[in-house]
Amino acid sequence: MYIYDEYDHSILRQRIAQFRDQTARFLAGDLKPEQFLPLRLQNGLYVQRLAPMLRINVPYGMVNSAQLRKLAHIARHYDKGYCHVSTRQNIQYNWPDLTEVPDILAELAEVGMHGTQSSGNCIRNTTSDQFAGVAPDEMIDPRPYCEIIRQWSTFHPEFAFLPRKFKIAVTGSTQDRAAVQVHDIGLQLVHNDQGEVGFKVYVGGGLGRTPVIGVAIREFLPEEDLLSYLEAILRVYNLFGRRDNKYKARIKILVRALTPEVFAQKVEDEWQHLKDGYSKLTQEEITRAKGFFTAPAYEQLDNAAAQAALDAQAADSVAFGKWLQRNVREHKIAGYASVTLSLKPTGVAPGDITDSQLEVIADLADQFSFGEARTTHEQNIVLADVKKADLFALWQACKTAGFATPNIGTITDIICCPGGDFCSLANAKSIPIAEAIQRQFEDLDYVYDLGDIDLNISGCMNACGHHHVGHIGILGVDKSGKEFYQVQLGGNASNDASLGDVLGPSFGADDMPAVIQKIVDVYVANRTDEELFIDTYRRIGAAPFKEKVYAKAN
Amino acid sequence: MQKLIKDGQIQADTWTLLAKAEGEAAAVEVPAGQVIIPVAVWHAQKDALQQRTDIGVWLDSDEAADLIGADANRFPVLAVNFPLFMDGRAFSTARLLRERYGFTGELRAVGNFIRDQLCYLRRCGVNAFAFADPETNLEDAVKSLSDLQEYYQAAVDQPLPLFRRRA
Repeated sequence: MYIYDEYDHSILRQRIAQFRDQTARFLAGDLKPEQFLPLRLQNGLYVQRLAPMLRINVPYGMVNSAQLRKLAHIARHYDKGYCHVSTRQNIQYNWPDLTEVPDILAELAEVGMHGTQSSGNCIRNTTSDQFAGVAPDEMIDPRPYCEIIRQWSTFHPEFAFLPRKFKIAVTGSTQDRAAVQVHDIGLQLVHNDQGEVGFKVYVGGGLGRTPVIGVAIREFLPEEDLLSYLEAILRVYNLFGRRDNKYKARIKILVRALTPEVFAQKVEDEWQHLKDGYSKLTQEEITRAKGFFTAPAYEQLDNAAAQAALDAQAADSVAFGKWLQRNVREHKIAGYASVTLSLKPTGVAPGDITDSQLEVIADLADQFSFGEARTTHEQNIVLADVKKADLFALWQACKTAGFATPNIGTITDIICCPGGDFCSLANAKSIPIAEAIQRQFEDLDYVYDLGDIDLNISGCMNACGHHHVGHIGILGVDKSGKEFYQVQLGGNASNDASLGDVLGPSFGADDMPAVIQKIVDVYVANRTDEELFIDTYRRIGAAPFKEKVYAKAN
Repeated sequence: MQKLIKDGQIQADTWTLLAKAEGEAAAVEVPAGQVIIPVAVWHAQKDALQQRTDIGVWLDSDEAADLIGADANRFPVLAVNFPLFMDGRAFSTARLLRERYGFTGELRAVGNFIRDQLCYLRRCGVNAFAFADPETNLEDAVKSLSDLQEYYQAAVDQPLPLFRRRA
């Protein structure tokens, strides 16, 4: 993974000194609250319902064991002993003391971590595929390009006060696991006819109040042109994005207002002035960035023998077999696998993780996965490079630590925002709804029979829980001071991205488990062999679901 | 006389900023002496004003750099206005004036920007800072110019991105 050099560290030190001074000026009354607001946000600090919330970047999800231990230390000493993995692959602390935040940031800087631009109207943490570099379906490793984007976007002087927040995601696999079409800019790494590396560029996707699937404005952007083209897009957005209404300020609104064709032309015109400037990437820099993401010291392993041993262990232990089936996936190197540690046991807020669990993951990463882990936008953690021969031992350790729940990809692997329990924006709670649904679907065999189902919950229309792109999406709504939940069906965040359709009138919290059960029942009654929920929904449409869910009791 | 920060020094501001007026830009009276006028006034009275060497032009946040364009270097001073400090359009406008239109004179920020933006503004080519808030402590503000001293990306003050400079 990328390791900070003296330049990175010195840039970070200057930033922390700047923020320490800004915080002191705010506390002394020399900096007005409205002036401090964007400054603290650009250092990751929100003011939330119960306490400040501090968001720490995990660029493209990559984190090493030293960083995990530091995160654990912060949770223990400055917070309440836990933190939260967000849908942007970041780590959030819910109870820091404002006066201690500069110290927290200084501690994090020791391991090359920070909250820079994790909030605010600027370019946010670049996200990617948690299986980057190890996925069998990967064409090009996105991580070097993510790191190049991280550096370019960090403290970019022109784009620190954009009309709104700005999110970029990069993927390099045939299967999109980074949801690039629902980002302000989505970059799909591709080869052209000559075999050269470049990007298909999507722009104007996003969720929230006005959910939009991004449009491709360029089929092939040569890799050297990455930064100058991003600069052109951001400049057009900065100059022409709406600033009169924050709900119409995202780039998706601009792209739609201009039409994608006109927007693309404006970007091309701007880019003509920039493309041959100093921001054009050099092959040396691309090679340097790639040098941080080379393969670890994989052993030559006999995959067939390892698989046979696994099969025998699975036959002995049904529970291990279930975990293998759901939480372990194929690796591009023979004899290795990638493992997802589930942060979704029933009764724990999805994505929450304790200080000691972080330390366990650090130890497991050191022992089994070259000292590295990844956070995922589904709010889990991945150990990407585990020998198949070690899987049984890893599983036992995961069981003890509480993240062996074998539910990855199932209806109980719920994406869920912090909701009304923590967030001052929320209209409704989301964590208790997730738990109630998890309890409704406790029978694992039944859950496995249902296959892959993305169930996403947001506590408000800002859509941090990505409800629009859940196969089943749940949105908390407020009706005259009471909390209700609207159900959407048919959303999808992957290659054939789509937005869910609202099923009908919303439900009370108590009704939600039964409503989801009825939706699942309709799927089971209508599916063909091997057909996934999303495909059944696309085939039969909303009507049968509506009929069942809204049927009058008789 | 008002003071401003120019090239890192606190100095007397010898220029007067002419506010936007109601009504026709052609009817606005441009006073004698060093005056920075709204871009609309410049366009409306170009014929009458083009002999003057003590005229500067300011752009509001919704007025693009190309309203000045190739004329940039006929002015000793150009200014970009911040109606609100959160309105970041002037950062792009400043870069365009420097990098696209080659402006070499004094480029100043005017209006409601804050001290904590000085570093970024300087990187975008702004070399003078005239705060609208008369309470601003200029001695303290000068210090903010050196908050950040190393950068990753290309900008006006350092056109070579770090990746072209990294040892």
